[in-house]
Parts: sequence; C-alpha cells; structure tokens
Amino acid sequence: MSARPETLLSLRDVWVEYGDKIVLEKVDLDIEAGSFVSIIGPSGAGKSSLLRIVLGQEVPTRGTILLDGTPLTPECGPDRGVVFQRYSVFPHLSVLRNTVFGLECEKAPLTARLFGKARRDAEAEAAEMLQAVGLGDSLHLFPAQMSGGMQQRLAIAQALIKRPRILLLDEPFGALDPGIRADMHALITKLWRDYALTIIMVTHDIREAFTLGTRVLALDKRRHDPHAPHRFGATAVYDLPLRRNDEPAGETAVAVEIPLSIEETIGHG
Amino acid sequence: MRWVNRQIDRSGRILLGSLPILLLVLLYLFLAAQRHAANPMDKILPLPTGMAEAMAALLFQPDQLTGQLVFWADTLASLQRLGIGLGIATLSALVVGLVLGLLPPIRATFGPLVTGIAVIPPIALLPILFIALGLGETAKVALIVIGIAPVMVRDIMAHVSALPREQIVKAQTLGASSWQIMIRVALPQAMPRLFHAVKLALGPAWVFLISAEAIASDVGLGYRIFLVRRYLSMDVIIPYVAWIALLAIVMDVALSVMSRRMFPWAHGASH
Repeated sequence: MSARPETLLSLRDVWVEYGDKIVLEKVDLDIEAGSFVSIIGPSGAGKSSLLRIVLGQEVPTRGTILLDGTPLTPECGPDRGVVFQRYSVFPHLSVLRNTVFGLECEKAPLTARLFGKARRDAEAEAAEMLQAVGLGDSLHLFPAQMSGGMQQRLAIAQALIKRPRILLLDEPFGALDPGIRADMHALITKLWRDYALTIIMVTHDIREAFTLGTRVLALDKRRHDPHAPHRFGATAVYDLPLRRNDEPAGETAVAVEIPLSIEETIGHG
Repeated sequence: MRWVNRQIDRSGRILLGSLPILLLVLLYLFLAAQRHAANPMDKILPLPTGMAEAMAALLFQPDQLTGQLVFWADTLASLQRLGIGLGIATLSALVVGLVLGLLPPIRATFGPLVTGIAVIPPIALLPILFIALGLGETAKVALIVIGIAPVMVRDIMAHVSALPREQIVKAQTLGASSWQIMIRVALPQAMPRLFHAVKLALGPAWVFLISAEAIASDVGLGYRIFLVRRYLSMDVIIPYVAWIALLAIVMDVALSVMSRRMFPWAHGASH
C-alpha cells in the first residue's frame, strides 16, 4: 500500500433519526481506499443503519457523505456493491445468469439482455469472476440447489463484476457453519488483496471482525438515559487501526494483540 | 403410529383417492335403480343408459334449427368465452400487478381504486354490463374479467411487493433501472405466482361464465344446463356438469405441469 492512502469515503456529522428515536448521532468517519473496516456493536446500535446510509438505501437525517469527494446520491448505485446475509442472489437465475446480470443492465438499458458476441463476452467475464470465487464448476446451478456458502460466494461474484468502489458486507457469513465461514474468510481476504478492494463489513462475530479487518469500529451509545433510552444515538466508541500480516493468503493473522478488556467491553451485544 | 406420520405411497394414494368417488357413484346408481324400479319414467335420477341416450343426440346429431352438433358448439362457445376472459384477466393482472407492486407512487395512486373494485360483487355489475355492452359476447367476457381480475391483480401485487428488499437493492447496486428491475427481477418471479393465481381463478371464472350464459345466451354449456332444466332433463344436466368438471380438472393439471416445466426454480429442489 502507498505511504499516504487516499480517503475514499467520508461521513461528516451524520445523524440518523426515526421519528424521535435517534439511532446514530454525530458520526464522523474517514475510510481510506484499500482498507477493510469491520463494524461491530450490540444489537440496535445502528450498525446496519450505518451500512444502509452508505449504501444509499436510506438517507441520513443530517450530515453529508462524500464518496471520492462528491456527495452521494441518495440511491443505490453500481459504485457501491453489497452482499447481505440472505436474499442477495436472484432465485430465478442460474449462477452464470446471476453474475451476467450486472453487465447486461449496463450494456442493454432497454432489454437488460445481451445477445451474440456481447453475450459471449459477458459470460466469459462472469465465468472468470465465478472461477475466482470458487464457483467455476457450478455455472448452471440455481441458487436453491446450492449451500448457503455457495450462495454467498455467488453474491460476492455478482457484486465484484461491477468493480464497485466500495464493497459493503452486511453480516455476510452470519448464517454459515463455522467450517464454511473459515473458507469464506480466506476467500474474502484473497479477493480483497487481488482486487484491491475497499470493504466495510458489519458483523456480530468479534473474532471475525479482528481477523479480517484492517480497522475495527465499535458502535455504541456514548450516553444513556434510562428514562428515554431512544433519545441518544450510537456512534463509533472505539476506532482501532490494525495491521494485518502480509502473509500469503490463507493464513490470516492480526498483528495487534487484542486487549482482552476491549473484547469484553464490546462483546456484550 | 400417529396419523400425522402415516405417509401414503403412490398406488395407495390412487386407491384411497378413488374410494369415496366410487362409493358416491355406487350410491347414486343404487338410488337411481331404486327410483326406476318404482317408476320407470323417473327423470330426477336418470340411469347411465338414459344419460347416454340423451347425450348421444347432442353429441352426434346436428340440431334441426342450426345444423350444429349441440354439445360441441356449447363446449366451443363456453371455452372461447372462458379463454378470452381468462386471457384478458391474466394479462392485466400481470401488468397492473407488477407496476403496482414494484412502484410505490403508482401503488399510492391506484391501489385504493383496485381495492375498491375488488370488493364489488361482480354479479351485481352484471345488469350494468348487459345494459352497457348488450347481450352479446362482450358482456359475458367482461363479467369473467371483472369477476377474477381484481383478485389476481391484488395477488400479483402482494407477491411482487413482498419480494425481499435485499433483492431490489442488490439489483440497483448492479446498475439496474426501475424498468430493468421490473422485467428481469420482478416479472420472472411473478410468473409462477401468476400461474397459481390463474389456477385459483378458474373456479370463479366458471361461476361467472355459467351465470352470464344462464341469463342471456343462445349457446354454451351454462345456457344448455339452464335451458333443459325446464324439462327436468337431469339426463343432460348431469353429463354436462361432469364434462365441466373434467374440463376444469384438465386445465388445472395443465397449468400445474406447465408451471413446473417452465419455472423449475420455483418448485423446490425438483429440477
């Protein structure tokens, strides 16, 4: 990585409120290109809200979000890819068609379908991407025929084919078996390195957050009013930069020893 | 073994399923034979031989006035009305349901109207249709459409708007526009549901068809049933009802098979 990494995404004084319930208050963040940011925190601390406003699915009540220095349009777009915990692949399309979809939307605005050479080219590109996530042998399966881990691999390939500026992961491995989850950790690490991705990942799993991330954000409420708990929102209470060992992919170790007290403090969610 | 755990194999299911039907037929034959023993001219419960004779005339002998084979002319007329009605209703359910289900501004504008139309009993509109559209084919087809389309529209609308939000968001992050989401994400996933909706609408469609034919028509299965009712011709009514049931079952099965062939992904792991 270069000596002075550029700031890719910045949040300035961002508040999210639903009626009189304040979910996020005064969030100020700068996320550098090429970083892998894990977001942890107890349930209801606004982890997913933060992800949704970056994604453009929701608009913050106050504050600005800049991507590459320009304010975000309050809508989802191809510059931000996403993988949800579930339902982020299309059940009616085969693995290959699921992946080609992003290319078809871009190149065929009216029909959203490609034919002839354009289609063969797109399919070749999609097949290459699927190879990279380990689905090279499953091009013609439907999502219902695949395991949860394979579906998440597909969701990642789908997102990456658009070369997004940021990849957002919303508890992407939460529903998977521990063994599969370890495989997925290795995969996402490899993709992060190979494609020089910038990733923001929301997770419940603290170990996962520290294993994968180059930076861990813990969201929680700074203040607590027992009579009106909804009147104070959460913000980043811990912001821990980590340095990952640049070992060959597969072995993912964290350079920073996690202080036990912090893990305990944030672990109550 | 508990009854909830007793699984019946295929041959067992056929055997068990045909049992009550067979019993009913036997019961009918017994009662009919009993009545005919008391009165050989009985018209209320005709014997199979009587039905065959009455039907043979309708099936094979041209009508003296029109020169048509009555049974086949009735079937053709009814199926045509049903087909056109179902076709229009299905197409409008798909288009309106998709647009309303996917686009919140359109739903806000036309949702209450669709709900309002759906709660009107269609038969209450029949006089209006006959007055406005005359006694011809249009009024009959219109009754079928008005009778089944609102329910189908609401069904498709509910299905489309219940698609996981994640999918719609994901499609947008892949660069899809509203139009592209509609034709590539919502439409294909609405199709199996549409087949299901048509299957469920078949029953009401037949009801509205028979009603329209009973009131004003000169050909059709429903017309014939209500015509021969005046002569207590149970020997024609019962075969006609059986024929209607058979047609309905064939349509139902055909729709199921088509849906499973065309949308294997929507029918579990059976592909």
